[in-house]
Order: sequence, then C-alpha cells, then structure tokens
Amino acid sequence: MSFITGVGLTSYGKHEGSSSLDLMSKAAELAISDAQLKRTDIDGVLCGYSTVAPHIMLATVFAEHFGIRPSYAHAVQVGGATGLAMTMLAHHLVEAGVARHVLVVAGENRLTGQSRDASILALAQVGHPEYEVPLGPTIPAYYGLVASRYMHEYGVTEEDLAEFAVLMRAHAVTHPGAQFHDLITVADVMASKPVALPLKLLDCCPVSDGGAAFVVSRERTGETGVRVRGCAQAHTHQHVTAAPRLSELGAEIAIARAKQASGVAIPDVRYAAVYDSFTITLAMLLEDLGLAARGEAAARVRAGYFGRDGAMPLNTHGGLLSYGHCGVGGAMAHLVETHLQMTERAGNRQVRDASIALLHGDGGVLSSHVSMFLERVR
Amino acid sequence: MSGSGRFEDWTTGAEAIVYQSCGSCGNSQYFRRSFCAACGAADPVEKRASGEGTVYATSLVCRAATPETRAHVPYNIVLVDTSEGFRMMAHGDNDLAIGDRVTARFASFAGRLVPYFSRRGGAAPPESAGVG
Repeated sequence: MSFITGVGLTSYGKHEGSSSLDLMSKAAELAISDAQLKRTDIDGVLCGYSTVAPHIMLATVFAEHFGIRPSYAHAVQVGGATGLAMTMLAHHLVEAGVARHVLVVAGENRLTGQSRDASILALAQVGHPEYEVPLGPTIPAYYGLVASRYMHEYGVTEEDLAEFAVLMRAHAVTHPGAQFHDLITVADVMASKPVALPLKLLDCCPVSDGGAAFVVSRERTGETGVRVRGCAQAHTHQHVTAAPRLSELGAEIAIARAKQASGVAIPDVRYAAVYDSFTITLAMLLEDLGLAARGEAAARVRAGYFGRDGAMPLNTHGGLLSYGHCGVGGAMAHLVETHLQMTERAGNRQVRDASIALLHGDGGVLSSHVSMFLERVR
Repeated sequence: MSGSGRFEDWTTGAEAIVYQSCGSCGNSQYFRRSFCAACGAADPVEKRASGEGTVYATSLVCRAATPETRAHVPYNIVLVDTSEGFRMMAHGDNDLAIGDRVTARFASFAGRLVPYFSRRGGAAPPESAGVG
C-alpha cells in the first residue's frame, strides 16, 4: 500500500529571481511539512527535469542543495506525464520496501528564466529531429494537427474546445495561486490570436514559473489517508507522425490497465484531474477515459457536469490552462489539488465528495500516458 | 543512391521523399532505420515515394518560434497518408482540407528544402523549387 502523505504547491506565474532549485526547494519544504515529516525522514527522491537548467543528475543536485542524503534518487523524464509517472514509481518503491518516504518534486522558472521563444523552441524538440523539426512545427502545431483530425472524425467544433478554456479559467479565478484571474468567455477564446489553427492563444496553456511536490509513504501520517488504489501506463509512439489512429491512443489503454490494477470503475469516480495542455487535450482525454461519450465532453461542460458543484468536478484549481504550466510541476498541481479536495482542505473550492479520484497525465503528443486512481481512507 | 544503399531525400537536401519497405513483413516505414520497426527484420529496402497521398490532418502555424520560420507565417503543417502506406509530415497549401488528394513538390523554408503538398492539379507553392 502507499499513501500521498503531503503536498506542496507554489503559486504559478512569475517568480522573478527564483531558480528551478529554489522553486523545487520551496515546494518540497511545503510537502514535507504537510506530511508532518522532517526532511531527514525522506529516504527517496524522484524529480523531473528543467529545460531552463538541464542537468544529467538533477535528483542528486537537488538533494545536495536541499540538504538531504537519500538512499534512492534519480530524475524521470516522460514530458507532461512525468509527475504521475514519478508518483507511480514512488508507489511501487514504497510498496517494495525500497524507501519509506519518497519525495516527488519538480519546479522550473520557465517563464522568467528564458524567453518565450526559447521555451517554445525547446519544447518543439519533442518532434523528430530529421523528419519533423525542420518543418518548423511548434507544440501547439503538433496538437493542432491532432485537433483538426479529432474535430473531423467526431464533429467537435472550435466553440466546443473553447468551453474547456472558459471552464478552467472559471476555476482558476477561485484559486489565489493561479496565473490568471480574469474570467473569459467562448467569444474571447474565439477572438484570441491564432497560434496553430484550429488552436488559438486561449486554447493553449501558458508558460509559468512554479514548483510542486508531494511525499509518497508506505504508511499514512495524518488522520485522513489518500491511498494510491492503482495506476498504469501506456506508450504508443513519440512523434505525432507515428501516432496510431485516434481510436488506438494510449489514454484508453492506460485507463483500462489502471481499472484492472485498482478494481475501480469510472462510475465510482467522484473527482477528475486530467491533463489539459491544450483545450483539445482535455476534450480528447475526457472522452478517451470514459468521462464523456465520444464528441460529447463539451456538452457536459456546458451542462455544468465538470464544475465545482457538478457530478464530476474537474481540475478545480484551473488546470494547466489557467493555473499555469511550469513543465513537470504543471500537472503535479492537479495531484496537489486532488489531495486538498480529498482531505477536505480546498476551502472555497471544496467539492461535496472527492472520495475517489481519477488522475491522468499525457506526455509528448499524446505519446505517454499514466492513469491513476486515488482513494480516501479514514 | 549513395554507396551505402541510401537514397538521398529532402532531409539531406534532395528533391525526393524516401521510405523503407520490409522484405519480410511488407511494412512501410518513413523514419529511416537499419531494421523494420514492425517485425525487426534487418535491411528494409529503400524506395522513392511517388509523392501522392491524402491529407490526414492540418495545422496552420501563425506563431513561429525562430526569426527564420517567423518570416514564413502563416504556413500549413500537414500530415499526409501516402499512397505507399506511410504517414509523413510536410507543408501544404493553406486551404488544404482533411481528405484532399494531394501531390508533393518541394519548396524552400527557413533555408531548407521541404516537401510541399497541393491538391492534385493545384497551383504551385510560393518560392517553388521545382517539381519532385
């Protein structure tokens, strides 16, 4: 068994003068303290990567900086799926008895540490160096390609996609740590600058500074336990050129395996935390995961289904689209928010019942997937 | 063809699209390797593609990340399912739609030669560098 025993999250947006290590340390400190542990209790460290300050041994760089000497430490790299992949590994590590308390941490000064062009360029390198990158695609273009196909096959419209941006913004407005606090409308999304059509500026997550961390432990440290019920991965390709057809993407494979590993079914789920790098990502993943029928996720947004008071509250912190995206930490904020909801500490964002949560992360261009079920135990 | 049995293609500046065909399982693959990614058999045969295909997906890039590519915006990134059975990324006319049957030419982009698709029988691309 494993439990998420503590979580830590900085605000996302600008952290002028903070390095990636600063942001990682800040989040780690918060998570360890939330778990009611001391930093010397941490015997395992898993960290993500920093595009601003790349290093071949970031976990030990961090451990030295933070002042701990873990018995197990290394970095993990699966793009946007890294946070949940690290959580899955930490779960298995504590279950196997390799470590008692694994710190999972990421942070990056991606907004103020480099130019936006440098950021876009660094990320575009997930493309194939010979067969894709010379064509000048960007990450939004890779997802724009997927969006055009998804819209074509399932009759989804740009207005449908805009609904997800509006929803994430409405959630972010209620979180003081979110990067954006101005409500937007579907018309605002439609009128925003074209980036890689059909995706426009407000269909895309921002670049942010920020850090997130959690502690995964063999036993719970607080009264309310958040237990990892089961998780699974799927990796079908790296490059969008080599992606399988839409009906064979990894999210459906990962969720099927996670359901099997956990014994949890979709009707059991009370809260959802789903990767939302672009509006199309969120729309597709919700439908791939079975949280909405094919082509019908937007209708569910309009009906309030994914709102704080809806049947399936989704990314109540605002997601990557509006809380912000600082690289690996970006999607870790989804887990932090899920933990706050499950332990009834989400304040004005608190949902009625978050007893069982589904989390899903995606890296690359729908390349790498991790699905995870968390369960509250008292 | 070079001495090593490799055809030059657009990725090395030649006006050609090249793919590999597996002698064992018949799989076509676009990304060059010394083996077939479907069955693992060695030495797939290099072949020159016809440049004919069907548009699978499109995205019109309006925000580029480098000065060289910014000079070209907007430019249309397309995925094309070729008649030889592999999928490739390329550029294409800005008004291409999914399902359009297209033919490749080559155009210059950010100092390089890139495959550029137009509807069959369509107009020449900007700065056309000839017919492939």
